[in-house]
Amino acid sequence: MSSTLVRHGLFFVIIAALLAVLTGLVFDAYTNYNVAGIAIFAISAAGLTVLTGVNGQVSLGHGALMMIGAYTTSVLLQWHPDLPMLLALLASIATTGVAGAIIGIAGARLRGPYLAGATLALALALPQVPTHFASLFGGNQGIIVPAPAAPGVLGAGFPPDQWLAWVCLAAALVTLFLLANLVRGGTGRRLRMVRDNEVAARLAGVDVARTQVLAFVISAVCAGLAGSLFAYWVGITSPAGFTLNLSLSLLTAIVIGGLGSLLGAVLGAVVLVYLPVWTGGLASSLNLASNVANNVPLAVYGVVLIAAILVFPRGIAGGIASARQALTKTVGSRRRASTLPGAPAP
Amino acid sequence: MRPQLERSRTWAAAAAGMGAALLTAACGSGSSGSGNQASAPGVTATSVTIGSTQPLTGPAAAGYSEIAPASNAYFKYVNAHGGVFGRSINYIYLDDGYNPTNTATQTRKLVLQDHVFAMYSALGTPTHLAVVQYLNSEKIPDLFVASGCNCWNNVTQYPQTFGWQPDYTVEGKILGQYVAQHFPGKKVGFFAQGPNDEFGTDGVVGATDTLQGGAVNLVTTPQYYTPTAAGAMAVGTAIAKLQAQGVQVIVSFSIPSFTAVAEASAAKLNYHPTFVVSNVGTDPPTLISILTSGALGAKLPAALIAGTITDTYLPAQTDATNPWISLFKGIKATYAPSLPWDGNVLYGFAAAFTFVQALKAAGQNPTRAGIISAIENGHWTDGPGLSPYGYSSSNHLGLTGVQIVTIGADGTETTTGPVQITDDTATGPITTYSGTPSVPPANGIPSD
Repeated sequence: MSSTLVRHGLFFVIIAALLAVLTGLVFDAYTNYNVAGIAIFAISAAGLTVLTGVNGQVSLGHGALMMIGAYTTSVLLQWHPDLPMLLALLASIATTGVAGAIIGIAGARLRGPYLAGATLALALALPQVPTHFASLFGGNQGIIVPAPAAPGVLGAGFPPDQWLAWVCLAAALVTLFLLANLVRGGTGRRLRMVRDNEVAARLAGVDVARTQVLAFVISAVCAGLAGSLFAYWVGITSPAGFTLNLSLSLLTAIVIGGLGSLLGAVLGAVVLVYLPVWTGGLASSLNLASNVANNVPLAVYGVVLIAAILVFPRGIAGGIASARQALTKTVGSRRRASTLPGAPAP
Repeated sequence: MRPQLERSRTWAAAAAGMGAALLTAACGSGSSGSGNQASAPGVTATSVTIGSTQPLTGPAAAGYSEIAPASNAYFKYVNAHGGVFGRSINYIYLDDGYNPTNTATQTRKLVLQDHVFAMYSALGTPTHLAVVQYLNSEKIPDLFVASGCNCWNNVTQYPQTFGWQPDYTVEGKILGQYVAQHFPGKKVGFFAQGPNDEFGTDGVVGATDTLQGGAVNLVTTPQYYTPTAAGAMAVGTAIAKLQAQGVQVIVSFSIPSFTAVAEASAAKLNYHPTFVVSNVGTDPPTLISILTSGALGAKLPAALIAGTITDTYLPAQTDATNPWISLFKGIKATYAPSLPWDGNVLYGFAAAFTFVQALKAAGQNPTRAGIISAIENGHWTDGPGLSPYGYSSSNHLGLTGVQIVTIGADGTETTTGPVQITDDTATGPITTYSGTPSVPPANGIPSD
C-alpha cells in the first residue's frame, strides 16, 4: 500500500512538473484554455468512471451534479465577489457531496435501466430549477462568473489563462492521485466486488448499499469540483450549460476512453474538448454549403463514436493495453502482460 | 502568415492571391496597399481578421444561420473590389448553437487563437451576455451585436460594445403605440422569451409603456417561453392560457422558430388572435419555411402568418424598387448564390455595410481604440437603415427607429405609416423621422 502511494505520488509529481513547464513555456493562451477544459472534464469523467466503470452504476445525470457545483460557486461569488477560489471549490465539493449522498441513497435501491432512468430525470429536471428560482440563480440568463485573478506573488501581468490552467491541472492531478489510490486499495476492491456480483459481495461481508452510496458520493464530489472549475472556466453559469448533452458527453468520454480506467477518463476528456476544435476546422476547410458545413462537426462526432466503439471496444485505454499485450507477445517476453487495472472483462 | 483553418479559408486564399495584384496596381475603389502597417492585433498590411459567434445549429439556427454567410458575401464583394485600404476582410464565424456556454468557449478561440481585431455581429442576447465582460476586459471592439438588447448601450461598463439594430424597448414602444391606436377596446396579452431574458423583458417593458396609456385592456403578466427544445413543447400551454384569458391581440417577443410554434399552436386551438411580433421573430420566408417544411410535426399552411403585424428598420426585403435591396440582392447572386433572399440575409448585408463604414472611418491603419472613436464620432445617417444611428461617446445604440409592417398570406411585407424614432426611456416621446432615405454609393462600397 505505502509503496503504491509513493509510486503514485512520484508519478504525479513528475506529471505536474511537466505540465507546469508546458503550460508556462510551450503552450499558447488558447491551448492553455483548452488544457484547463480537459482537466475539468477529466475530473468529472474520472469520478463517473469510478461510479460506472468500477462500481457498475450507470449515471446519466452527471451533468446535473456538475451543475450543483457550478451554481454553488456562482451564487457564492455573487454574494461575495472576493471569495477565495479555494473556499468556492470546497463549498462546491461539500454541496455536491451531500446531493450525491441523497441521490446515492435513492440510487442504491435501483438497478440497471431504472437507475439510468432516475439519473436521466435528474439531468432533465435540475436545469429547470434556476428558471423557477430566478432571483437566486439568475434564471435562464445565468450568473456571470468573473475570471479568477492570479495571486499577487506571481506578478500583476500574469496571464489569467495560465493561472486557470494551473489551478485546474492541480485539481485534476490531486483528484486522479486520490482516485488511483482508492481504486487500487480495499475500497476499490469492494466497489468492484459489488459491480461483479452483489450476492458474492454480501456473502464476503461487504455492505452493498453502503458501498454503492459511497461510490455515488465519491463521483459527486469529483463532479462538484469539476462544476466549480467549469463555472470559472466558462465565465457564465446558466441552465443551457448543463443540458442532457453534457451528461451524455461525459458518459461518452469514459466509454471512448475506456470504461473503469482513470487514464481512459483523461483520454476521453481530451476527445471531448478537442474533437469540436478539430472538426470545426475540418468543416471550414472543406468547401461545403453552409447548411451542410454547419452540421459537419455533429456528424463527425457521431462517426468518431461509432468508429471508436468498433475499433476499441474497451475504449482507447483498453486499446492501448491490448496493443501492449500484443507487443509483449510478439517480442516473446515471458513477462505476463498486464491489462489496465480496473478495466472490466471484455 | 499562419494559414487560417476557418470556414473562410477558400476565399481567404483567393483574396491572398489577389493581394499581390493589389499591391502593385491601383485598385477599383482608389485606395492602395502602400503605407499599410500591422497596426493592431488581427490587422496586417493586407488583411483584417474579425470574428463572430452565430447559431449555425440548434434552436435559433432557423433563419439566423443565414446572417453570417450573408455578411461574408458582402465582405467577399468588398475584397474583390480592392478591400478596405487594400486590406481584405477575413471573417471567422463560429457556431455556438445559441448556447451561452459554447459562446464562451468559441469567443475564447476567436480571441486567443485567431487573434481577431474585433468581434462583429455576434448573435443573441443570452449568448452574448456570457462574453461581453470578457471582451471588454480584453479591450476588444465588440461591434454591432446582433441583438436588440439595450444592455449593449452601457458606455461606462462596456465601452467596447455597440448595438446595431433598434433595441427591443424602442421596438416595443412603437409596436405598443400602434396596437393602442389600432385595436381600441381589445384585450392584449404578451408572449415573450423569458422571464430572465433581456430580449423578452425589454420588449415587454417598452410595449407596456405605450399600451398602458392606451384604450386597450392589457393583461400585464406575459406568457414566457424558454428557447430550448423542451421550451418549444410548452408553447401550446402558454398559448392556451392566452386563449382562456380572452386575449385578442398577442404582442410577441420571440425568435422565428417560436413565433412559428406559437402561430401553429393557436391555429391548432382554433384560436385566431392578431399576432404583433417584434422584427427578429417575423422574417416571412423563415417562418414559411419552418411551417411548411414539416419541422413542427406536420406540414402547415404558409398562410398561418397572414395578418401578422411587425416592424422593420431596413427597407422591406420584398421591395424590388429599393436601391439597397437591388444592390444587396445583386451581390448575393454572385457571392452567395446558395443563400435564399430573406430578411436575415438582408440583415447580414446591411450590418456588413455598416462594419465597412466603420473600418473605413478608422483610417488607413486602424487600431482598436481608433475604430471605437470612429464609430462614436461618425454621426452617420447614410446607410441601409431607415432611421439614423444613435452613436456618440455617451450612446452606443444603433438604429433609433422602425416602421410598422403587415405581412400578407404569401409573405409580402407592406410598410404602413412613417418611420418613427424614439429612445429606450419610459417617457421618451415617439416622433416621426422626416429625413430623406439614403441611396447606396454607386459601387456599393462606402466611400472613404
